Amino acid sequence: MHELALSRAIVDAAERHAGGARVSAVHVRLGSLRQAVPESLRFYFGVVARETACADARLELEPVAALLRCPRCGREWDPAPPPLAEHATPAPPIPSFGCPACGAGGEALDGEQLEVDWIEVEGA
Amino acid sequence: MHRTRIRVAEDALDANETIARANREDFERAGVAVVNMMSAPGAGKTALLERAIEAGLGETRLGVLEGDVQGSLDADRIAHLHVPVVQLNTDPGFGGECHLDANMVRSAIPELPLAEIDLLLIENVGNLVCPAEFRVGEDARIMVCSVAEGEDKPLKYPLMFRSCELICVNKVDLLPHLDVDLERLLANIETVNPDATVIVTSARSGEGVEAWARWLASFAAE
Repeated sequence: MHELALSRAIVDAAERHAGGARVSAVHVRLGSLRQAVPESLRFYFGVVARETACADARLELEPVAALLRCPRCGREWDPAPPPLAEHATPAPPIPSFGCPACGAGGEALDGEQLEVDWIEVEGA
Repeated sequence: MHRTRIRVAEDALDANETIARANREDFERAGVAVVNMMSAPGAGKTALLERAIEAGLGETRLGVLEGDVQGSLDADRIAHLHVPVVQLNTDPGFGGECHLDANMVRSAIPELPLAEIDLLLIENVGNLVCPAEFRVGEDARIMVCSVAEGEDKPLKYPLMFRSCELICVNKVDLLPHLDVDLERLLANIETVNPDATVIVTSARSGEGVEAWARWLASFAAE
């Protein structure tokens, strides 16, 4: 449900860097720990981009898997078999934040980003 | 049509982070510690806050910023306890947002009596997802999770649970009426956020209220 707010932030960031040009594409790296649903992000992006420089832009989402590390035993693991698939059925499994070896809670090494990596603008 | 690629490499919420940092600097200059209190709607944020005020925060002078979509019901409750409170509604002007962001809090700063308080508690809009994304200038985050929500919530909403320094597990007076396993809820919190301080509370029976008030007072004193 936070995809509306995130989409608005993506459009704002893209516009800020577009320098007044029309944006044709926005490439976003989306970590799975952000719990954002790609379909929903795309839907809201289309809505909030209206009447902005991003009105005709396509939103490219690059999924980034999460990586956790156990502070106790050093084991690293991906807590969530990819929840980023579109039309995911059945629902993605609940991420396992407990270390598979010793059960301690893990710290995130990767998968927390919602990063506008690059934009593509029309014109010189 | 010629197209040019521009490298951005920026977190989408950078703009919010920048304003949040400015807020935090303003609060620091005024010597005010700030906590952002979050939960699902109805978990008992306002009731717990009322109990902490009644229990007393020692020397700490508290101020409250109440975030709600509409109305001033919560602010009225806090004002009743003679604590300075400012209401921030997200409905007019902010599109009825389901969370507070740094800019909304910034707009309320001129109304806050920063010179007269040591601790500002920002009660966010009730929502277990969006508020976790938006820093507002706080030094610490608190969330309230009521046992009635079920023991699985830390696993379903890790974004929120992982971002908090203190988690109050509230409404434990209801446990005899629920099929909820408190130990499992606490274990799930421990797995998702092993660093969080956890206080088991009931705004109704008063259980844990002293510990919660003590946490606030000592946080403000740090």
